[in-house]
Amino acid sequence: MHAHARTLTIAVVLAALAAVPPLAALLGQPFYLDLFRRIMIFAIAALSLNLILGYGGLVSFGHAAYLGIGAYAVGILAHHGIHNGFLQFGAAIVASAAVALVIGAVSIRTSGVYFIMITLAFTQMLFYLGISVGEYGGDDGMRLAGRTRFAGLLDLRDATPFYYFVLAILAAFLYLVHRLVNSRFGMVLRATKSNEARTRAIGFSPYLYKLAAFVIAGAMCGVAGALFVNQTAYLTPAFMNWTRSGEIMFMVILGGMSTLIGPVLGAAALLLLEDLLQSWTQHWQLILGPILVLVVLFAKRGLAGLLPGAARNE
Amino acid sequence: MNLVLLLEQTLNGLQLGVMLFLMAAGLTLVFGIMNLVNLAHGSLYMVGAYLSVALFNLTGSYPLAVLLALAGTLAVGMIVEIVALRTLYERDHLDQVLATFGLILFFNELVAILWGRAALYTTMPAWLSGQLELFAGVRYPTYRAAIIVVGIAVAVLLWYVVTRTRLGMLIRAGASNRTMVAALGVNIRLLYTVVFGFGAALAGLAGLMAGPIYTVQPGMGEDVLIEVFVVIVIGGIGSIRGALAGALIVGMVDTLGRAFLKPVLATVLSPTAAESAGPALASMLIYLLMAAVLAVRPAGLFPARG
Amino acid sequence: MSEPAALLQIEDLYKAFGALKATDHVSLEVRAGETHAIIGPNGAGKTTLIGQLAGNLRPDTGRIRFAGEDITALPAPARSRRGLARSFQITSVYRDFTALDNVALAVQAHSGSSFRFWHPARADQSLRTPARAILDEVGLGARADVLAANLAHGEQRQLEVAMVLATKPRLMLLDEPVAGMGVEESQRMVQFLARFKGRQTIILVEHDMDAVFSLADRISVLVYGRIIATGTPAEIRANPEVRSAYLGEEAEA
Repeated sequence: MHAHARTLTIAVVLAALAAVPPLAALLGQPFYLDLFRRIMIFAIAALSLNLILGYGGLVSFGHAAYLGIGAYAVGILAHHGIHNGFLQFGAAIVASAAVALVIGAVSIRTSGVYFIMITLAFTQMLFYLGISVGEYGGDDGMRLAGRTRFAGLLDLRDATPFYYFVLAILAAFLYLVHRLVNSRFGMVLRATKSNEARTRAIGFSPYLYKLAAFVIAGAMCGVAGALFVNQTAYLTPAFMNWTRSGEIMFMVILGGMSTLIGPVLGAAALLLLEDLLQSWTQHWQLILGPILVLVVLFAKRGLAGLLPGAARNE
Repeated sequence: MNLVLLLEQTLNGLQLGVMLFLMAAGLTLVFGIMNLVNLAHGSLYMVGAYLSVALFNLTGSYPLAVLLALAGTLAVGMIVEIVALRTLYERDHLDQVLATFGLILFFNELVAILWGRAALYTTMPAWLSGQLELFAGVRYPTYRAAIIVVGIAVAVLLWYVVTRTRLGMLIRAGASNRTMVAALGVNIRLLYTVVFGFGAALAGLAGLMAGPIYTVQPGMGEDVLIEVFVVIVIGGIGSIRGALAGALIVGMVDTLGRAFLKPVLATVLSPTAAESAGPALASMLIYLLMAAVLAVRPAGLFPARG
Repeated sequence: MSEPAALLQIEDLYKAFGALKATDHVSLEVRAGETHAIIGPNGAGKTTLIGQLAGNLRPDTGRIRFAGEDITALPAPARSRRGLARSFQITSVYRDFTALDNVALAVQAHSGSSFRFWHPARADQSLRTPARAILDEVGLGARADVLAANLAHGEQRQLEVAMVLATKPRLMLLDEPVAGMGVEESQRMVQFLARFKGRQTIILVEHDMDAVFSLADRISVLVYGRIIATGTPAEIRANPEVRSAYLGEEAEA
């Protein structure tokens, strides 16, 4: 029963997203295509964070690092004249996974508050690294030398194909995460979050499971980064700013942790809310800040908790 | 290597270390006693800086500005504790991180509304803006020397309070066993507010001292905060001793690294390679150090709970 | 006369917290197939001892041998994989999972690799079937699909035991299995555990003297971190030191 409600919700959301380009064309508002594509890209980033945060209990405040790494992988290759999408996205995935492996290996040995601080610190380190490497724009960043091309199949310069490309990746990742969290691996991850002492007592050593999840999440966020740089046509070290990590984390919480559709709802909610507030006042963060505090204090289950069939995490 | 330059940079490292210690001590106290991760600690630092600069520009009296800034930060800290943070003590760290993150956004914007987004400048009072003659022609800015002196004085004061007074005993007891202290009839709420105020005052002090020499702008707190995290991770959470050790280590490594890594690299690499690798590596140095310490001691050098 | 083989050997175990000697040179042998109870007043150091046996605490000095192997430095998961299973005194199950999920996870820990990323674990009959069987065995068969958080306290204690059984134990370390249970429930649990006598090796830490005296082959008495007596239930009952230090208090209570 619950499974059907969940699948239905996801199907409805994906269908709604698929309807945006024709609707936007109909209304003569290409802005909406851009906005929802941006929402979907952040949904992918939030989805990846949800894997380790919502299902794994790892409070990683440095997830934006992988957004930046994916973006820079594409940007640097483009800068050197390589626009092949397979190579670029491949590099983004490999680079993000590699960095996640190194950072994860060090950080996951710690827990609790240490883990939060360490992931934050490492992200900041990458941020400073990005600033100090002048050849790729340093502090100011640089323009993307050319959009990604997939050998005759797809050119991300074309707005609508790009949109459906992102949608396809979002749908694929949703399915991937669904399989992951219900697999043996996913059960151990979720068990560790639920009760780590119990998990060790029955014979699991959580470290490798957490690390694997961390690497997978990093790689997925790297893909989001590769898409993001195509979206903005610009890249700066600010992609890796830790406040961005906080934003992504909020999308996960707002949408509902440890649910599949939560991150998508959360990304939509936060970005639409920001858009709305920005149209009212340039000091929108003054309003957003307290809203976030209130959400944390009073609405922990997030938007997914309001949906029918959202009784428990399955 | 110029010995005078080395001495100057060492003193700068000490000065940075002392300021990091003030911040770290506040943060680690609050975490150790109340189990609260407070990302908005940097915002209190920012408030201290802004208040001191604005009040000095307004009144022209440095002692008055310092006093009011300290009092103001203390007040802001206590208000924040009573209004927003009380409910967070029982929540898990994720909730605390997110809620205090929301506070950061709020404070940064508030400060931008009041004083604009551009950096705020101030002059230093005349009696602090000169140079001290240390010995044999070696000079050091008076202001930075004053920071070092104040920082050491506060460290000694903290040591005295924590180890020799009743309040300090409660703090140490609270750090090791919260429920026990509450069961003994101590007014936990009051203790928490006092400790938080203490931490806020320390952050405010660091902020007001930073005002004249560092850039005062929205978001300044977060840059410092992350370095403070590195300090706490290296030194060990919950312990003042760890905060001091970590702060001095980080202050030294960061300052000396930025000053000397490039020339040191230039002796083994080509000048152009050192030109780009030097600053990049220097900015990463303290994080690499943190990773190295963690590899050997996952709980830091002097963790509070053995 | 040949002695039954010792499955667990505790050799001169010592652990102190500052001035407090929680484990004060404890030596003990638990024979294969025996049910060995450890009793003692509160504060005797039972929890610390269990923690060291299970792998959550490191002793300051001393050794622990399990089936001849020195496991003193082994972490808890490794001990579980070797067949040293424990239940917790304060119920520690997966509250947001069903009873069946709980036991299936314990089964999964001992059924090959869990680095499988694709197939749903809940559809894996090689995990679900044994888990159901174990739930039936402990008497929770009808409650398999109930969230652990919604189980009654006594049922949660049963679930703890079920999870121990699911990990293919060679030694069961049961920390107050009937704690907080009513009289009838305790009796049923005791009858259930009695079925394992001879087939399993059990170390039973308990306050409930009825449970102890009906289940134990031998009893060791722990007082202030030291074992003051080890023997059959009859011997322990008759031991004057034990009576004054512990049983005497129990009789009054």
